[in-house]
Amino acid sequence: MDILVCIKQVPGSNKVKIDPVTGVLQRNGVDSKMNPYDLYALETGMRLKERYGGTVSVISMGPPQAKAVIYEAFAMGADKGALVSDRKFGGADVLATSYTLAQGIRKFGTFDLMICGLQTTDGDTAQVGPEIAEALHIPSVCNVRNILDVDDHAIVVDMDMPHDIERLRVSFPCLLTVQKDIFQPRLPSYLKKQATQKRDIRMFTMADMDDQDERRYGLSGSATQVQRIFPPESDKKQEMWQDTSSNALAGKMYDKIKELKFI
Amino acid sequence: MAKLVVHQDKIDDISALLAICPFGAIEEKNGEVSIGAACKMCRLCVKNGPKGAVEFVPDAEVAQVDKSQWKGIAVYVDHVDGIIHPVTYELIGKAKELAAKIGQPVYALFMGSNIGDKSRELLHYGADKVFVYDKQSLEYFKVEAYTSVFEDFINKVKPTAILVGATTVGRQLAPRVAARFHTGLTADCTILDMQENTDLVQIRPAFGGNIMAQILTANTRPQLATVRYKVMNAPQREEKTSGEIVDCPIDEVKLNSHVEVLQVTAKEKEKTIDSAEVLIVAGRGIKKQADLAMLQELADLLGGEVASTRPVVEAGWIDAKRQVGLSGRTVRPKLIITCGVSGSVQFVAGMNHSDTILSINKDPKASIFKAANYGIVGDLYEIVPQLIDKIKADKALGGASL
Repeated sequence: MDILVCIKQVPGSNKVKIDPVTGVLQRNGVDSKMNPYDLYALETGMRLKERYGGTVSVISMGPPQAKAVIYEAFAMGADKGALVSDRKFGGADVLATSYTLAQGIRKFGTFDLMICGLQTTDGDTAQVGPEIAEALHIPSVCNVRNILDVDDHAIVVDMDMPHDIERLRVSFPCLLTVQKDIFQPRLPSYLKKQATQKRDIRMFTMADMDDQDERRYGLSGSATQVQRIFPPESDKKQEMWQDTSSNALAGKMYDKIKELKFI
Repeated sequence: MAKLVVHQDKIDDISALLAICPFGAIEEKNGEVSIGAACKMCRLCVKNGPKGAVEFVPDAEVAQVDKSQWKGIAVYVDHVDGIIHPVTYELIGKAKELAAKIGQPVYALFMGSNIGDKSRELLHYGADKVFVYDKQSLEYFKVEAYTSVFEDFINKVKPTAILVGATTVGRQLAPRVAARFHTGLTADCTILDMQENTDLVQIRPAFGGNIMAQILTANTRPQLATVRYKVMNAPQREEKTSGEIVDCPIDEVKLNSHVEVLQVTAKEKEKTIDSAEVLIVAGRGIKKQADLAMLQELADLLGGEVASTRPVVEAGWIDAKRQVGLSGRTVRPKLIITCGVSGSVQFVAGMNHSDTILSINKDPKASIFKAANYGIVGDLYEIVPQLIDKIKADKALGGASL
């Protein structure tokens, strides 16, 4: 079974502020890491390979620095890696990102199973996985909490729904997004890291894509546009109770809760 | 293709220009400045850089959709076996408000099996038309079949905007629909508004809630947005209805799927923090796991549930399902009492729509007090037991007086 895991490099933290005067987004530091949810996707890929044989490849989209997360995946046991990277892909929203990744996946190879993390910690939309599947015209199942069986044609998974668990048999090729905790991700291995630090990563730029219509990529291929960003505001009724005994504070809380009819 | 062009001669201070980019995408090599693949096209360098140094060259031609051909605001009816998820009513309420601004109707899209008799209920909340796709093969959610129905509906009705609840189904269905129509989808909107030209103003938290982003889908239709449960307000159910039910046929071939449902197992019913009217939240101010019993006692007295912040879950003291915040659950109880919660933006984003927020924290500068309606500066280990005593005393007196 040939498995592809989609991974993303995300900022190490979400601590950002807007400079109130200039409106400039300020990010603290430029440290980055693999999207934590992708570790579960990668672990799922590795477990399936260990049990059923085959290969695990990883693909990412981003600047050349994003190679770092592909090497991290190698150190966890991934076999092959590709990076989709071009400044022409800049400013891509979910639609353009998914389309670009789908184009890159087609160039990279043919896969039976594609696995994504549930969401990223920076974009936080949980949409890229299903949109890739749509662009590739393959079935997708999100919120997979368990994998039960694999045969030549299909995979049997449990999809986590709010009130029940649906056991599904999904034909290959297909795309799954897996929940946190489906498997405990392994740590990168030092030996694997040593052995793979010079491994080639395939690079796909605009020039490599089958679809050369530049209107499908980057900002031009994005259906949504961010008009403005602004700090969250609050305009609600607020009171502070302080500088009194804890008994008095408890009393004020009691009065309020009673007034609101919870007692 | 839209691009940024760097005019080297207009740059006086290269390092100042490099510092403007929040993504580190401006690169310098031998005194030459260029824009790299990390560029997100936010254009802050155009706006804030030296005048004329970085120029934004837009697309020569932007394909514009004829917006007058797309009318009405549609709501996807989220349901399990015909039991309609309340987020649906909240979205119909919001859709009515948006539709009124442009004088257009509100539609509901209802797909499933044996749902015909449930569809009338949607009319009581103000849907003008309910489009019903009632087919045996739609009994279970299968993404390919459901996307096909959505496609049929959009082609037939051409709604300008579609609101989908950010539920387990909505979050996997909406992206497939958006990608099929090559259109925009904005996840987890917290504010929606409508412009005269029918562009839907979508506001959502970005960067883990630290920043709000206002987003438009200006050149394509339909415009899709997902909204989490309990973000919008449900309208009152009206006795009188004026809308109509439209039964929609669909070719069975379109409902083919590569997914086969083998079995469905009901989960054990557990009390969830999502549906609780009262929540008592444990934060890092709780010193040890055993102290959660005190909060549980308070929760029991008020008919509520205990929830927590992320550190308490990470300490292994409480089930992850009880975590409030962006990486946990979004809650909107009638009353929430936070105990020793500092109030990170990620946490606050998951609870700031609660009706009444009482927050206990020792530190008067704690950021939770920015979210709280009533900020109580004090030691929770002194206040909570006394509060419990007062409530118990009240109950002992039959709640008559105190």
